[in-house]
Amino acid sequence: MSKRDGVLVALAGQQNAGKSTLFNVLTGARQHVANYPGVTVDKKYGQYRDAVGSVYTVDLPGTYSLTSFSLEERVAREFLLGDRPDVTVNVVDASNLRRSLHLTLQILEMELPSVLALNMMDVAEGRGLQIDQSLLSERLQLPVVATVGRKGQGREALREAVRAEASRQVETPTPPPVLVDYGPLEPIIAQVQQRLARFKAIADLPQRWLALELLEGDSQAVSILVERLGEAAARPLREAIGSLIAEFEQQQDMEISDYVVGCRDRAVERLLDGVLSGGEQGRKTLTERVDRVVLNRWLAPGFLLLTVFAIYQVSIVWGYELTNVTWPYLAKGRELIAGLLPSAHFLVDPYVRSLGLWLVDSANTLLNYVPIFIILFACIAIVEDSGYMARIAFILDKVLHRFGLHGQSTLPLILGGVFAGGCAVPGVMATKGIPDNRARMATIFTVPFMNCLAKVPLYTLLLGIFFVEHKSLMMFYISTMTIVFALLVAKLLTKTVLSGQETSPFVMELPHYHLPTFNGVARRAIERTWQYIKKVGTVVLAVAVVVFVLLHLPGLPEARKAHFQQEAEAAIERFEQALAGNPYREIATGANLVPLINYYSDYKRAKLNATGAEASQRVTERFQARNADFYPLVIRGGDRDAKQASRALRTLARERQKLRLQMREERITHSILGTIGRGMEPITQFAGFDWKINVALLASFAARESSVATLGVLFQQGDDENQTLEERMGQETREGGATALLAVSMILFFALYPPCLATTMMVKVQTGSYKWMAFSIIFPTILGLAVSSAVYSIGMAVGATGIEAMSAVYWSAFVLLLIVGLFSDRQASRLLRQRFSEG
Amino acid sequence: MSKMPERGGAQTLNDIRPGGRVRIHRHHAEAAVRQRLLDLGLMPNVVVTVVRSAPLNDPIELKLEASSITLRRHEAITIEVTSEDSES
Ligand SMILES: Nc1nc2c(ncn2[C@@H]2O[C@H](COP(=O)(O)OP(=O)(O)OP(=O)(O)O)[C@@H](O)[C@H]2O)c(=O)[nH]1
Ligand SMILES: [Mg+2]
Repeated sequence: MSKRDGVLVALAGQQNAGKSTLFNVLTGARQHVANYPGVTVDKKYGQYRDAVGSVYTVDLPGTYSLTSFSLEERVAREFLLGDRPDVTVNVVDASNLRRSLHLTLQILEMELPSVLALNMMDVAEGRGLQIDQSLLSERLQLPVVATVGRKGQGREALREAVRAEASRQVETPTPPPVLVDYGPLEPIIAQVQQRLARFKAIADLPQRWLALELLEGDSQAVSILVERLGEAAARPLREAIGSLIAEFEQQQDMEISDYVVGCRDRAVERLLDGVLSGGEQGRKTLTERVDRVVLNRWLAPGFLLLTVFAIYQVSIVWGYELTNVTWPYLAKGRELIAGLLPSAHFLVDPYVRSLGLWLVDSANTLLNYVPIFIILFACIAIVEDSGYMARIAFILDKVLHRFGLHGQSTLPLILGGVFAGGCAVPGVMATKGIPDNRARMATIFTVPFMNCLAKVPLYTLLLGIFFVEHKSLMMFYISTMTIVFALLVAKLLTKTVLSGQETSPFVMELPHYHLPTFNGVARRAIERTWQYIKKVGTVVLAVAVVVFVLLHLPGLPEARKAHFQQEAEAAIERFEQALAGNPYREIATGANLVPLINYYSDYKRAKLNATGAEASQRVTERFQARNADFYPLVIRGGDRDAKQASRALRTLARERQKLRLQMREERITHSILGTIGRGMEPITQFAGFDWKINVALLASFAARESSVATLGVLFQQGDDENQTLEERMGQETREGGATALLAVSMILFFALYPPCLATTMMVKVQTGSYKWMAFSIIFPTILGLAVSSAVYSIGMAVGATGIEAMSAVYWSAFVLLLIVGLFSDRQASRLLRQRFSEG
Repeated sequence: MSKMPERGGAQTLNDIRPGGRVRIHRHHAEAAVRQRLLDLGLMPNVVVTVVRSAPLNDPIELKLEASSITLRRHEAITIEVTSEDSES
């Protein structure tokens, strides 16, 4: 082991014992905490300093024991075994000592110097449990520290105990105590140990532990043996152990692992005798009393719907209203930056300006949703932290399982945005906790079908243009359609490409209810939102630059440029003629012309953005101060000459606008992206997508958020216009013959469209394979195109309206869902009966 | 060794109605599942109470000493139990 400066400390313990909470308390980090078993699924590093020096801290996933059956157990065990932390802080739930100590005994068998953190002392006290800490410490021969992670209590004591234990290990290392007596198995353990002792290659491993693991038939211990000793040397050893196992199991008429667990349980009982007292048996705990209502067979679905509805109402509906308050600030920010950039030319703006504004617009479109995000994540944090999330898994497992998912798919799906608004990246990340591999894979591929927040703007946009009368019905369709599709797709995948994957059952602890703390909730909401913003800051802006380049290159041919230049000069000449003999001519022409016309559009926009008489007055003052000479020309009132000049200026501005729009249109049509988009038209025409939509969809693969941003720029407003994107797009698309049916086709494609780049990266991380990553892109693309094309083509053929098409799709998917659900239920119960009667 | 309960044989956790108290007799699950059940405290000789089943009848919730465990009927059927007269 390389020499470290500083001490390495690992936090180990059972699921939901509060390791991450204590990790945060110790290091001040912001590790994800939730009242839901299996939240931490990978190790996390942090660091703090005490009086002596640095302490490197690792938060391990929660494990009920240290076998190598599940992923989180392997992660924890490999770390403990491979990195040999100087001190292991064994975090135990003081209110559930008996079960927790099983793990403690295993940690001690691994000969890891440990400190026992008795966490959740508040809960234990609340239940009237008394724990004799010094007796426990004496029996375990371990330092014991009482903590309440949620309140940060016990931090200093724990830090001191860690330091003391680390120093003691250096000064007077003592062999770990042997606390479990395995009775008749002991001589066998000794025998195996003796055989193991002959090999140097495994001398660094805890011998008694290794012997036990081998006797229990632990697959990982066996592979360590084979790896270290080589196949040839390991074989006789394995055979010898095999026969020892067989002999013992026959004698005892039980499996060794059961026998071992039994011995440990007796050891725990002896350890706790006299240590643990109190705790009223008969009285129902608060959790039990709450669950009687909340999990009541008839009431539970109601409570669940209510929760979901409340989250939807609070975050999406109210959050949306909040964006009306925050939007003006973003608009102001844009103005500010626009003012800093080089000013516009008459026809073609400097690249710095157009790229700068492009980036600001892309970012603003997304930042606009920050209030929704904060509220949504806070709501989810409350549900997680209270303990209700685990109940949701309990309630929904049956349904989810029927479609190949798992009760624990609930959290990923909710994070992904079951009810309008989420993000697939944390969603896919959260699938790590699902123990059933097949369900986990199915969840990974269906999370991107949820309504991530970046899809919502596009939906809102399209509904605003095409479905003004049916908005709420469409919103209902969209927000429930995703789960219908997701379930069907999950079933399809489970039955086909995923059928070979390993499965495992739903066995989970229901945590006790906690009152969420304000700090915890706010922290997590802000943290997750910040993650989102960071994604916006990097991926989206990078994409925006790429899209910008692809939209601007190769640019207009020289001849067309010259043509537009001529038109512009003609317009300017007309303007100058109109001003002939006007006293304002001097101010308005020559070198002043471009500044004046920019001044005019700035003024108009500022007036439009100003709400209320007061703000309007301020704009007036600002522009008067900015240029008193120009001012009379941009206002409508003024002397006769000023009025005339102002009229001419308005005409010129309009002509300039028209020219710029034409140029942009031509430039985009000839651009690289435009060419690609047009190249795709032969395929996408069946779905009704023209090249502009193709361009937006292409851009949105890099980041979903870009779709509206790109559409926004494709249906760009002129500088002095201030229509909303809805108005602009509505106008342009309707002129282009777009219908509500096309909107439906777009919505469906977008619902099934492949995950954004960031999500596919996450899919790669979670599945560990590029093959599955490619699958996560290709499969939804084909599915989405197929569905959209079918709906659009059939819809066109029968002349369906948008809402009719949408209803048809929705209800047929729904009926299909019912059929699949009921059928697989029959099959499942038949299987169960079979197992029952066959014996 | 048969891994499933014999025909018409012993009672499993699946047969217990909500409110019933039983003593765990033995497990028929294997490997990871067995380990997880044992780890959660569902060891032979432990007394558990079936608290309720989920709205769709599956999974079920058990109460042990200090914790609540949920598992599917599919697993419950692998746990052999003997009825325990509910005292108190
Ligand atoms: N009442 C009480 N609650 C606590 C205490 N410590 C942690 N919690 C809560 O217990 C829950 C679980 O905490 P985590 O820190 O996520 O637990 P963990 O051990 O990291 O869990 P996994 O990573 O899932 O294994 C959270 O809701 C915490 O707020 C404590 O001392 N008292
Ligand atoms: Mg954790």
